[in-house]
Amino acid sequence: MANGIRAVTVPKWGLAMTEGTVVAWYANEGDQVKAGSDLVEIETPKITNLYESPASGVLRRCVAKVGETLPVGALVAVLADEEIPDADIDAFVAQFAKDFVPESVAESGAEVLKPQTTEIGRRRIRYLKMGEAESTPVVLVHGFGGDLNSWLFTQPALAQEHPVYAIDLPGHGGSSKQIDRGDLAFLASAVFELMTALELLSAHLVGHSLGGATAFELALSHPEHVKSLTLIAPVGFGPEINMQYVEGFMRASRPRQLRPIIEQLFANPALVGRKMLDDIISYKRLDGTVEALNTIAGTIFKDGRQAVELVPRLADLAIPLQIIWGESDRIIPAAHANGLPAPVRVHFVPGAGHMVHMEKAEEVNELIETFLHA
Amino acid sequence: MELSREQLLDAYRYMRLIREFEERIHLEFATGEIPGFVHLYAGEEASAVAICMNLGEQDYIASTHRGHGHCIAKGCDVRAMMKELYGRRDGLCGGKGGSMHIADMSKGMMGANGIVGGGPPLICGAALSAKILKTGGVAVTFFGDGGFNQGTTLEAMNLASAWKLPAVFVLEDNGYAESTASSWSIGGGDPIKRAAGFGLVGRSVEGHDFFATYQTARELIDYARAGNGPSFLHVKCTRFYGHFEGDASTYRAPGEVAAARNDRDCLKLFRDRVNSMGLLQAPQLDDIDSEVVALIGSAVAAAKEAPPPDAADLVTHVYSSY
Amino acid sequence: MARKSFREAINEALRLEMRRDQRVIIMGEDVAGGMGAPGEQDAWGGVLGVTKGLISEFGPERVRDTPISESAFIGAAVGAAATGLRPVAELMFIDFAGVCLDQILNQAAKLRYMFGGKATVPLVIRTMYGAGLRAASQHSQSLYPIFTHIPGLKVAIPSSPYEAKGLLIRAIRDDDPVIFCEHKMLYDETEEVPDEAYSIPFGEANLTREGEDITIVAIGRMVKFANQAADRLVSRGVACSVIDPRTASPLDEETILESVNETGRLVVVDEASPRCNLATDIVALVATKAFSALKAPVSIVAPPHTPVPFSPALEDAYVPNPAKIEAAALAVMG
Repeated sequence: MANGIRAVTVPKWGLAMTEGTVVAWYANEGDQVKAGSDLVEIETPKITNLYESPASGVLRRCVAKVGETLPVGALVAVLADEEIPDADIDAFVAQFAKDFVPESVAESGAEVLKPQTTEIGRRRIRYLKMGEAESTPVVLVHGFGGDLNSWLFTQPALAQEHPVYAIDLPGHGGSSKQIDRGDLAFLASAVFELMTALELLSAHLVGHSLGGATAFELALSHPEHVKSLTLIAPVGFGPEINMQYVEGFMRASRPRQLRPIIEQLFANPALVGRKMLDDIISYKRLDGTVEALNTIAGTIFKDGRQAVELVPRLADLAIPLQIIWGESDRIIPAAHANGLPAPVRVHFVPGAGHMVHMEKAEEVNELIETFLHA
Repeated sequence: MELSREQLLDAYRYMRLIREFEERIHLEFATGEIPGFVHLYAGEEASAVAICMNLGEQDYIASTHRGHGHCIAKGCDVRAMMKELYGRRDGLCGGKGGSMHIADMSKGMMGANGIVGGGPPLICGAALSAKILKTGGVAVTFFGDGGFNQGTTLEAMNLASAWKLPAVFVLEDNGYAESTASSWSIGGGDPIKRAAGFGLVGRSVEGHDFFATYQTARELIDYARAGNGPSFLHVKCTRFYGHFEGDASTYRAPGEVAAARNDRDCLKLFRDRVNSMGLLQAPQLDDIDSEVVALIGSAVAAAKEAPPPDAADLVTHVYSSY
Repeated sequence: MARKSFREAINEALRLEMRRDQRVIIMGEDVAGGMGAPGEQDAWGGVLGVTKGLISEFGPERVRDTPISESAFIGAAVGAAATGLRPVAELMFIDFAGVCLDQILNQAAKLRYMFGGKATVPLVIRTMYGAGLRAASQHSQSLYPIFTHIPGLKVAIPSSPYEAKGLLIRAIRDDDPVIFCEHKMLYDETEEVPDEAYSIPFGEANLTREGEDITIVAIGRMVKFANQAADRLVSRGVACSVIDPRTASPLDEETILESVNETGRLVVVDEASPRCNLATDIVALVATKAFSALKAPVSIVAPPHTPVPFSPALEDAYVPNPAKIEAAALAVMG
């Protein structure tokens, strides 16, 4: 901060992010802004997120306009004390523009990581690996209709200290869409087969929603290969499931139809950007996707209820288990985590919906990291 | 070439069927009850029948605006055809096509065509399908002396040659393209030479001679089926009626049609031939004549009574789905 | 998923469908290139390289060079489609439609109807359209309105690589004749395109961006220009909805009407010649079915009523561009 002038720049959310689009301002020029308060909404290809002000001060200039797309690191706003003359602010903005070089791949020193695919039997599985640490790997398993991008804010954080593998379940993402079965044993075996293929003899599993139930099933079948289990809003802990969401997800073929459905995943619907909807629709158009989703939903959510019951099987689990749930989850009620037996650690996160790991990423990442260290 | 008794009876029946169909249409059209245009094939029957008798269900033909004869010869339902000409709902094309577009894909009849020269490129397609799908099929396209000068026909002959397609190009040269003489309009004056220019093997027959036409067509169809490529058949024939019904045909010489009906009637000549060779007797053929007259009579009666299409039929079958 | 060009996306669509269904064949002038010649086979792979490499995977039976005889081979494609194959024929330039128009408008479009539903013509005709390459009047037209006009035909006009692959796969799987119009200036555009096969429905427009002030409907290459104009209009305080119809026939009337009902203002951008082009059709739709929603007269951004000129200075003035679209929108905003 030079001369009491503070630059606010486009943040980097996830290794792959190179630019963001300004969607809306949450403060006006001249407002007194506190550190941590909502400042500006930025859309990336994966998600729209509220960027909180990194510092306190008077918002002297909203440099970026609504609808403008800027590279990571570019100037978005200027914070400064009231006394500083406008001319100084102008000079600061001009100087910044002159000096600013968008981060290139070479300069950042980070490779733009790409997912890889591997053939296991007749099936193709896609996964993304991040992190080079020599410690127990972490395997991330997404939920129904999702893919490895679900871990956009989780994977880079955990990758600081662990090798982290985010996988696409069969029928999802970049994995094969042709599936014969939609049951947990099948999904769990697919994850296990990948672990075997990648020689991950022992791993921490983190699963969300259906991915959580999948991880649980894997831990039951192969306990010697699972170091710990973190389940985020998992399937299998109660009968209720928002079938209107599930059916709506499968039926919607256009962004306008899909928006109100996807908004149900979050406590704050403003996080749902157009590109997120386009990605889901693009995924659903792939040959075999709708059939795969029908097969899985027809098995796991048969007759409009969760057909999977994991609570009775907690007794069979000898692995450390924590459960994280957004309090405002409209897909699977957070109450499913109530009254679980003692060794299970349960954390409720306020102000978050079903996608708590995206909505309150920092908090969830911390909970996971702490658990992994314990 | 030996034809069995059954085949001879079939040949006669088909030719009689076409003749009677056309003669009856000639009468009915004059009453004003048949909508649109009709182009009658009477006089050319031997061509359609002799050629189509050498074809099977897996073979396709494409016809011209003068398509009733080819349609009947390829085995299409005569009663449904009659209803089609009257524009009825249960017509062969649901009343949607009429005389100029009469068709039945299930019988390998790719349609009469309202566009001169419309058939040859389509038949290249059918031949291509047969070749790629290995059905063993052959595709035959009929066109008149007028269509023989249309660019599409010439391009199709060239394409069939370049791709070595199992196709037969049949020129039904009745001497007139609408009102102008084929001897005048066919540049070069020699259809066989023209076809040879495109690399097609060519033969020429008198179209009122069922037997010669049958034999020659057989050779060319077998040739195509054996994978040797396309060929060309010049059938010289005569039409007894005008280009279209209503054509006064003043471009023809006085007495020309009467002479043709007398000397070059393929049905009379067929009768004479089978009689003289002791193959069939007159009473059998007379029976066929009566049966056909009754059939056509009943087909016309049924067509006149048949319901028209529903209003909703106007917008059906434009697309498979929209 | 990878960044692919419009050209590559189309090549991929053809390749995936030819693998999936043995009945899919390709024919056209120089779609492989080199047929009968002493040099390289697959010498061209299409005049702009779109079909390169397909003959080496699928062989000359299914990837067929043709003589320069549009009426013969387009007609053959129609006949082949009616008798069991699923041909993708290439009409190299849409401007050549004149020499095979009968096969398209009187044969392909009408066999099903004339035969009472008893013929099916699962044919795709891929064809290049559009100005910008300095190819002059006989190689630069946007004649899709002519095909849109004909009942029995479907017309698809992709605006980007992702759209091209999904719409072409859909066209090949469609049982009706489809005219697939590829803007020649889009071939080098790139976008993230999934590796797998996917299908985009016909008759479903893409609302590429949503804004409450004005609706812009744009076709083909014009979609990109409309979005560029919309970006600039943001800084003028104008929020645009930009609609890509994707298919001129069937046309997604509902999305267009819904948007006009919301914004009350419409600009239509169409590169086709102004008399009786697609824009006039869309404006008529709005005038008949959403008249009361309009707060201002509709504006059409189209070229002048001239053939496409050769000289770059003239051609650049001919083609609609973002600046013209922006100006039209501002004028409609008043």
